[in-house]
Amino acid sequence: MVQPLGYLKESPSQTAGPYVHIGCTPNFAGIHGIFEQDLGAGPLYDEKARGERIAVNGMVIDGGGNPLKDALVEIWQADADGLHNSPSETRGTADPHFRGWGRSPGDMETGEFLFETIKPGRVPFRDGRLMAPHITFWIVARGINLGLHTRMYFPEEVEANAADPVLLRIEHRNRVPTLIARKEGEGLYRFDIRLQGEGETVFFDI
Amino acid sequence: MKNERPETSPFFARDRDQHPPAYTPWYKTSVLRSPQRALISLEGTASEITGPVFGHSRLNEFDNDLILNYARPGQMPIGPRILVHGRVMDERGCGVDGALVEMWQANAGGRYRHKKETYLAPLDPDFGGVGRTITDADGYYWFKTIMPGPYPWPNGVNDWRPAHIHFSIFGHGFAQRLITQMYFEGDPLIPLCPIVRTIPDPAAISRLIAPLDMNATIPMDMRAYKFDIVLRGRRSTLFENRKEGN
Ligand SMILES: [Fe+3]
Repeated sequence: MVQPLGYLKESPSQTAGPYVHIGCTPNFAGIHGIFEQDLGAGPLYDEKARGERIAVNGMVIDGGGNPLKDALVEIWQADADGLHNSPSETRGTADPHFRGWGRSPGDMETGEFLFETIKPGRVPFRDGRLMAPHITFWIVARGINLGLHTRMYFPEEVEANAADPVLLRIEHRNRVPTLIARKEGEGLYRFDIRLQGEGETVFFDI
Repeated sequence: MKNERPETSPFFARDRDQHPPAYTPWYKTSVLRSPQRALISLEGTASEITGPVFGHSRLNEFDNDLILNYARPGQMPIGPRILVHGRVMDERGCGVDGALVEMWQANAGGRYRHKKETYLAPLDPDFGGVGRTITDADGYYWFKTIMPGPYPWPNGVNDWRPAHIHFSIFGHGFAQRLITQMYFEGDPLIPLCPIVRTIPDPAAISRLIAPLDMNATIPMDMRAYKFDIVLRGRRSTLFENRKEGN
């Protein structure tokens, strides 16, 4: 016999179900008067924030090619200088005018999500190499048993993307483009997330 | 034992045997929504091990009281009054302070307040079905609510969800993000539910079933159920891993 290690086990995940918007974006779901505002709604910056304003939209698409209309998407990212607005940030103090976290329900008719944010700076990988600018995504919905983590990179960052230590981890190189947004205009990016099948987005076990 | 902020090390690798696999065809919606390719494993970087802070100042007094937070003046929702309380911990057993806990549920008849919901049970004009709170310095939280009813759902021809409360928990890092459901001790629908049965390990399922807690039950007022939630633990910074090669 040995001593027990004594660690607890993470609570098992269950699907967010069809009504995740009741719990996480109640005003969007039509339940008014409980919370003034849905958490994570609106631009991630205020007018004093540093950095280039961008908008990111997209859809979460199932294996049949249909956009999900009941998904919830959250993003988390660094500020313009590559710092996170978090107590766990040790490299400096992030821009107080940029909160770094956003939450968007897909539009009930089209499934389109939208984030108004700023283009993030570069964040170091664990060994100190700089990663390319990226936004971290988390997707939950009915039928998704455990929330999915992925990342969005920027198409104009050709050199940085080519040297990015996370993108370099992807053995099947033809899958890398699933993580790179499409530029659709000045400061406007499109990032569709494909859950399954052809062009399936790379998801991470982090 | 309590977390001392800031903690900056990566989380323990996720034990995926504790979780449902993506593809669970008996839960039909998962069939087209499950990635088929292997996940790319990645030890958390600063982008995943950090996370925002949710201040208590953003919350209102009744955010965690679903009996009162939607009721008309002088009214209360129909159904058994319950207190749901517990502790958010990490896998080391440390309380997770400042965690955002959001919950939502059906009313006593099993009906959600949602425009796409079609179950014939009635809406309760005094029940919204949503609440939120932030854990205290030791990771504890509580809600007052109404016992949700079971409800039928389109999957098999006669599938019913056991009574449950949905929980979304945001701890200290984006990689700790978790959504799950709480079930009630003694509910005979639990082992029949295709969504419960997406979790392969019966011991893992049991960790989502809240026991009746007579010690926390408020006499002549409301029964209590205790629901502890465990998020991923963090490695100790004392044993930081070596730098990667290449
Ligand atoms: Fe439900």
